[in-house]
Amino acid sequence: MSVQTKTSNTIEPVIRCKSVYKIFGDNAEKMMKDSGGVIDTEKLKEAGCIVGVNNISFEVYPGELLIIMGLSGSGKSTLLRCISKLTTASAGEIFIEGEDILKMSNKQLIDIRRSKMGMVFQSFALLPHKTVLENIAFPLQVKGISTSDSIKRAQEMIDLVSLSGRENHFPRELSGGQQQRVGIARSLAIEPDIWFLDEPFSALDPLIRREMQDEFLRLQESLNKTILFVTHDFDEALRLADRIAIMKDGIIEQLDTPANIVLHPATEYVRKFTEQVPREKVLKIKAIMEPVVPGEQLSDLEVFAEDIIATVAEEVLNTERPVAVVDVNGKMIGVLHRANVVHTLFGNNDAVQP
Amino acid sequence: MLIALKQRKPLQYLLLLVVFMLLYRFVPQSEANWLWRLPSLFKELPIIINDAVNYLMFEWMPISVYDPDIEEYEQKPLFGQITRGFSGVILFMIELVREILLGGVKTIVTFTSWDWVSENKWARWPALPWTVITGGMVILGYSLGRAKLALFILCAFTYIAVFGQWESSMKTLSFVLVSAPIAILLGLWLGVWAYRSKTVEAVMNPLLNVAQIMPHFAYLIPVMVFFGIGDHAGAIATIIFATPPMVRLTVLGLKKVPPEVAEAGLMAGCTDRQLLYRVLIPSARRDILIGVNQVIMQCLAMVVIASLIGAKGLGNDLLIALNQLRVGKALEIGVCIVLIALVLDRLSLAWANKQTDYFANLSFKEKHQYSLIFLVVFVVGIALAVLGSFIFKEGFNYLYLIPQNKGITTEAFWQWGVDWIWEAFFYSFKAFNVWFIVEVLIPIKNSFLGMPVVATFTLMMGIGFIVGGIRSALIVGGCLLFIALTEWWDRALITAYLMTIAVVISGTIGILVGTLAAQHPTSSRFILTVCDTFQTFPSFIYLIPVMMFFGVTDTSVLIAIVVYATIPAARYTIEGLRSVPQELHDAASMSGVNRFQRWLSVELPLSFPHMALGINQTVVFALSMVIIGALIGTDDLGQLILKSLSDKAGVGNGLVLGFCVAFIGLAVDQILRTWADQRKQALGLS
Repeated sequence: MSVQTKTSNTIEPVIRCKSVYKIFGDNAEKMMKDSGGVIDTEKLKEAGCIVGVNNISFEVYPGELLIIMGLSGSGKSTLLRCISKLTTASAGEIFIEGEDILKMSNKQLIDIRRSKMGMVFQSFALLPHKTVLENIAFPLQVKGISTSDSIKRAQEMIDLVSLSGRENHFPRELSGGQQQRVGIARSLAIEPDIWFLDEPFSALDPLIRREMQDEFLRLQESLNKTILFVTHDFDEALRLADRIAIMKDGIIEQLDTPANIVLHPATEYVRKFTEQVPREKVLKIKAIMEPVVPGEQLSDLEVFAEDIIATVAEEVLNTERPVAVVDVNGKMIGVLHRANVVHTLFGNNDAVQP
Repeated sequence: MLIALKQRKPLQYLLLLVVFMLLYRFVPQSEANWLWRLPSLFKELPIIINDAVNYLMFEWMPISVYDPDIEEYEQKPLFGQITRGFSGVILFMIELVREILLGGVKTIVTFTSWDWVSENKWARWPALPWTVITGGMVILGYSLGRAKLALFILCAFTYIAVFGQWESSMKTLSFVLVSAPIAILLGLWLGVWAYRSKTVEAVMNPLLNVAQIMPHFAYLIPVMVFFGIGDHAGAIATIIFATPPMVRLTVLGLKKVPPEVAEAGLMAGCTDRQLLYRVLIPSARRDILIGVNQVIMQCLAMVVIASLIGAKGLGNDLLIALNQLRVGKALEIGVCIVLIALVLDRLSLAWANKQTDYFANLSFKEKHQYSLIFLVVFVVGIALAVLGSFIFKEGFNYLYLIPQNKGITTEAFWQWGVDWIWEAFFYSFKAFNVWFIVEVLIPIKNSFLGMPVVATFTLMMGIGFIVGGIRSALIVGGCLLFIALTEWWDRALITAYLMTIAVVISGTIGILVGTLAAQHPTSSRFILTVCDTFQTFPSFIYLIPVMMFFGVTDTSVLIAIVVYATIPAARYTIEGLRSVPQELHDAASMSGVNRFQRWLSVELPLSFPHMALGINQTVVFALSMVIIGALIGTDDLGQLILKSLSDKAGVGNGLVLGFCVAFIGLAVDQILRTWADQRKQALGLS
């Protein structure tokens, strides 16, 4: 789950959106045809159309967890549905592993959904007439896998999301958290490469939400899927994301790592979200470390550059001498002074450099 | 003045009433006066319909058909051939089921010939002993719904056998087992089609509206002309009548499926077909099952009516019993119909809710346990029947088939009860009856008949205008105009008079009972169960007890209508009142209201739109019952429809009369529905 992929050009993106538009309205299609491919959103809005997604381009790389964050009506769910082709984008190109899904035939689309995509929904969207086991086996059965094989696989998924013992319950007999576990298990049953999650934890109580987030991180640790995750909860985004895209009125206001968004909000709108965020819980050590000064007396303590500040702050503050910062290979790449940590915790944060 | 009028609805109604009274008072009653009665310009309409039907059936598009009897090609009209083929298929299916249940020879004849069967006597298909069928049904009940359902089926079928209604019941069952599945599949298919295409839905909606209010009888006549007389014609009429609610509920159910569930299906990689059959329809099964239940109820309700065009079975027996005024017998037959309805309803429900167990590794014995048990029952039943043939040497083998009139009967008891009631209460009943007819019914009827056509139009269109503006006024006016231009305006007024009285009484009782019951969860559940049970009864059943008390008069019809039509009023009242959110109750309580104030100022306004829909249903129920009342003698539109059944050229009359009834219902429907929708929107309920 590293972010090093973000600038890498050698790795093919799994998902690539290029100037994607989604425009709702009775006469939207006709107006766009008349204008000959040139999309004038102002004109469309005047004509009573609603611009759900407005000229969006971005990429998601293998194993990356990209979160699309926005308030209701910002177009985040619409964007996700364009990419999964549950709705068809009005214009633009969407490549899934190099293939433009807007140009795919219905059969190709079904094939790609059966083999490469999984999706989790806000309202769980479990089939009310099927048991937990049948729900999870459903994508497999749709694919034509035999009943006994699909049930066996579904049983494995049930163990994975710790729902053993509830195989024969109906969705209505489960709590919200349990239902979403079923939703997660169902979306993973076909072992997809790409995982879409549409506000998966928004309908849950705060404590359960937290528990599910942990569970989700645990799963992702072992599965390492390419993930597109939609949420309206900024804290959730900060907690989970490799990169965050903040959307407003169909436009991406900023797309960057959590740390960069907190430290350098690109717009006033983004700043409002970041104001209340405790820095030490978002920033990593490498964001506040200083270059190595040869010959400096260091303590025995070493911290990883990727550690979140809050997790190591107490230890660092209890140490008299500066602390060595090492990367995953154990190579020292910087030092951390107590002053750096104190400044992050209590100081004027604008001065901090990533 | 005008501005005040524009804003104050009560004032508008008052003004309307004044205009109506003035017109009523001052329009002279003369046939030449168009304000009094419109000329019957549509007089020719029935004849035109007749001609058109005849042309379609007997002349349009002749094709060559090979006739095996004379071994030559003949010119026959296409449409007649199509309907004949259709009838043949339906008849074959009914015969097949019937002969499995009762034995017979026609199915085998279909595949061979009469000559072959008469040469090979052994080919005759024997009836299954009643013990085997009962056992089979019980096993089916047990496999789907465990002991409770099995026990109920055992009681029901034993009752049917022991009371000597076996043969008729099996005939009815065979008829229902063919028409119900066809109606269900047809309804499902049309519903899915309407769900997928907006155009289809727009076309289908008004058709469904008319179809649901058209009286049962009105279907019979065209069916009779196109398909002839017999079980198949009854089945076809039943299918036509039972399909609309299925279509409605399928569309409703499919629309209620959350979009995310459909999306989940798509993301699982469903093809269109998989999405429909494995995601959408199962997710909508709650409403679709209500549709199935409706279809079964309609089929049983049609059992009696279909017997008018030759369907055999319980309906026919019931009709005869009613005509002979044998109340006890009618009651016993009625119970059979209700029992069959309940059994089929419970079985279909249990089947739809059945679960598969994926974990049990079943042995051959376990997998086929039910088939094996049935095999045992089959053998034992036949052994018993054979044994019976030794025991009951003289007369009838009761272990094989209990013939009609040889079973137990409680008829004497009921007859005694009726006699006793007649003796004990004859004078009080008669006095009430006479008083009610002379002092209440006849004056109201006369005042309806004394209404000038212009006054009726003003009143109805005026209400339409106040409620729903010019559009509603025009729809109501159009409905009325059709009736006014036929020659049956007066008859329609009589129908309207019976309907109005019934709706007023039913509505009052229903809302009152509903309100009282809704005060407590237990009582409301109780009343809702009663409503469910009563709604299961085919409408005919209601005629039996009232005839017991009031004989063949308008009073009987009215009471039957009131009993039948109160059901929806009570149900919708309870549903409406109980759907008022708890927070509002709490808010009202915290404002310090007492119970009555809460009812008056919180519950009633909020639940009134839903109640209005209940009244709308009451109107539909009342109308259908008014028409069925024709069977025990009324002088309204229903009676004329019944008459045109026996008329050779009755298609035109029957259809036009049917439309008249439907349009009365549609006019009221338009007003009530528009009003309810507006209120709902204003209250933010929709």
